[in-house]
Amino acid sequence: MSGAFTKSTARNIFYGGSVFFFLLFVVLTFDTMKTLPERDHRENINEQVILGKKVWEDHNCIGCHTLMGEGAYFAPELANVYDRFGQSKEAIVAFIKSRPAEGVPGRRSMPQFNMSDEELEAVAEFLKWTSEINDANWPPNIQG
Amino acid sequence: MQYQSQSVAKLYFVAAIALFVAQILFGLIMGLQYVMGDFLFPEIPFNVARMVHTNALIVWLLMGFMGAAYYMIPEEAETELHSPGLAVALFWIFLAAAGATVLAYLTINYADLAKLTGNDMLPTMGREFLEQPTITKIGIVVVALGFLFNIGMTVLKGRKTTINLVMLIGLVGLAVFFLFSFYNPSNLVLDKYFWWWTVHLWVEGVWELILGSILAYVLIKTTGVDREVIEKWLYIIIAMTLITGILGTGHHYYWIGAPEYWQVLGSVFSAMEPIPFFMMTLFAFNMVNQRRREHPNKAAVLWALGTGVMAFLGAGVWGFLHTLAPVNYYTHGSQITAAHGHMAFYGAYVMVVLTIISYAMPLMRGRAGANSNKAQVVEMWSFWLMTVSIVFITLFLTGAGILQVWLQRYSESPLPFMVVQEKIALFYWLREITGLVFLAGLVLYIMSFFIKGDEKAA
Ligand code: HEC
Ligand code: HEM
Ligand code: HEM
Ligand SMILES: [Fe+2]
Repeated sequence: MSGAFTKSTARNIFYGGSVFFFLLFVVLTFDTMKTLPERDHRENINEQVILGKKVWEDHNCIGCHTLMGEGAYFAPELANVYDRFGQSKEAIVAFIKSRPAEGVPGRRSMPQFNMSDEELEAVAEFLKWTSEINDANWPPNIQG
Repeated sequence: MQYQSQSVAKLYFVAAIALFVAQILFGLIMGLQYVMGDFLFPEIPFNVARMVHTNALIVWLLMGFMGAAYYMIPEEAETELHSPGLAVALFWIFLAAAGATVLAYLTINYADLAKLTGNDMLPTMGREFLEQPTITKIGIVVVALGFLFNIGMTVLKGRKTTINLVMLIGLVGLAVFFLFSFYNPSNLVLDKYFWWWTVHLWVEGVWELILGSILAYVLIKTTGVDREVIEKWLYIIIAMTLITGILGTGHHYYWIGAPEYWQVLGSVFSAMEPIPFFMMTLFAFNMVNQRRREHPNKAAVLWALGTGVMAFLGAGVWGFLHTLAPVNYYTHGSQITAAHGHMAFYGAYVMVVLTIISYAMPLMRGRAGANSNKAQVVEMWSFWLMTVSIVFITLFLTGAGILQVWLQRYSESPLPFMVVQEKIALFYWLREITGLVFLAGLVLYIMSFFIKGDEKAA
């Protein structure tokens, strides 16, 4: 760390490198945005999916579950629960609806959210849409 | 301490430590819920405890960064803080907002809180780490702007050192990337893509600038090594940080619907992210070895060296462990992620905040050069207790993670999530017991502040 390699050289690498790689990141982001529509099937994002995502957020489901591998690791992955439940939205609705308010003794429990039928349908539709995103074949198997 | 106004940092440091305690208590609650599923259910569901744990962490680290800035920047700039009054006012606003938010998490049903705070108008809630009500987020932005104005003016009117400049760039970056938390499109893929612009570009980007400049400051003060040398190291480290870390964001784009080229880009660039962390380790040890004086604050030097080592282990080694796409395919969103999250956050950001607190607190409390030897010995015990605990917590979670990946994702007949969790419960028990040791270390840490006396400056 001596000789020709001075502090101002180091500073120039910092500024130059940061700006260059940030701009490259922005360019790659634009490219990603162009290719996303084929992968996320946004044509299927209807009113129900939009409401479903809102319900998902308003109940903080991510605080126990992962969704596409991101979130908390306390409860099962849900991006593929639609497939795990035999491609049945009814099964998802029934599961959420049937949570006992006082929990299951001795077992990790999910709250009873007392959702309306409209909200239940919506969150199930949101999970169905999520399961159809092209996510490079993740998770490795149906157990998530 | 050379400038009176530096002492506003004290408020921030005290609040930071109080929130640290809250964070750990809720970590222990969750740790127990992992193995006794119905513990405190339905009073404090797991997701609520988790919000308190992670949000308290983020807020106390931000408090620590702000305190660090208020302490360092006037001294580096060789002038009083632009407005100490503003710093105090913003402290109380920030503390009140954080306290009210935590209280609301614990007393109000989250969905009701969302309704109450108008989440319908500008939905930003319910995403990991960004669970705060939108008004709290706006409050954070207001506090950040006032804070940046205050320290920005101080830097402008005083001496412009590299440390101040890097700190300022890091803090401005922190505020700018937080703005992405207000962008929450209804398309989940877009939401996730830009969520990482806050989360990843914080911890593997601009926060590393803050980390580097705090470390550089404490090393200048405690070792007396020439400023030119230290500042050159700082520039090289942060250059490597951003050169590798920006495109390294790609390691979060493998499985969320983004195009597959991110598997290559993310793997290559994030595999180089350990380099700046390794340089930080070398930096800390080299500077201490070349020291020109024996600073009486041995504890602060220990924290600085510890930061170098633990940041490299947690972020560098445990990050590298699962960052290559073919590995991440199996480990994504498992206990391996949690293992890495704990050691990286502790090793890099908890430890650097405790470093500056260790250095600055005795001086703000009017002690000559450092705390008494006795206080330092207790503080160093707490260093070892907390640090060794986090190492073991990480090892137990890694063990749990390897078994989880094997049983649930890799073996011939994969088992359901809940079945696997029961099979690996032993590791969660060990994590919880180690967490209690961590808490003991934290209690000892706080006790060290109440031991009187001081050591003379060298
Ligand atoms: C406090 C933690 C918690 C929260 C919050 C939570 N869940 Fe759960 N969830 C669980 C647990 C634990 C299980 C596993 C229950 C079991 O197997 O007995 C589960 C299971 C599920 C399952 C079945 C998964 C499977 O593969 O068997 C679905 C579907 C589900 N949750 C949906 C939701 C939705 C939608 C939300 C938000 C509205 C939500 N959960 C919020 C804890 C939670
Ligand atoms: C000492 C006792 C601790 C215990 C028992 C504990 C426990 C936990 C638990 C159970 C979770 C939730 C994991 C999940 O989502 O399923 C968690 C998350 C987290 N904790 Fe802790 N924790 C402790 C200390 C700490 C410390 C000291 C830090 C910071 C340095 C920390 C930082 C985090 C972070 C960043 C997360 C989110 C992790 C992620 O999303 O991957 N915790 N903790
Ligand atoms: C101090 C710096 C760092 C901190 C505080 C940190 C913290 C975290 C946290 C909390 C998560 C979990 C996020 C979530 O909940 O979804 C995470 C994920 C991840 N980190 Fe880091 N990290 C740091 C540095 C690094 C480095 C240098 C690497 C690579 C070498 C890395 C690789 C990863 C990867 C690959 C994931 C995704 C895990 C998954 O797929 O589930 N991290 N990090
Ligand atoms: Fe990352």
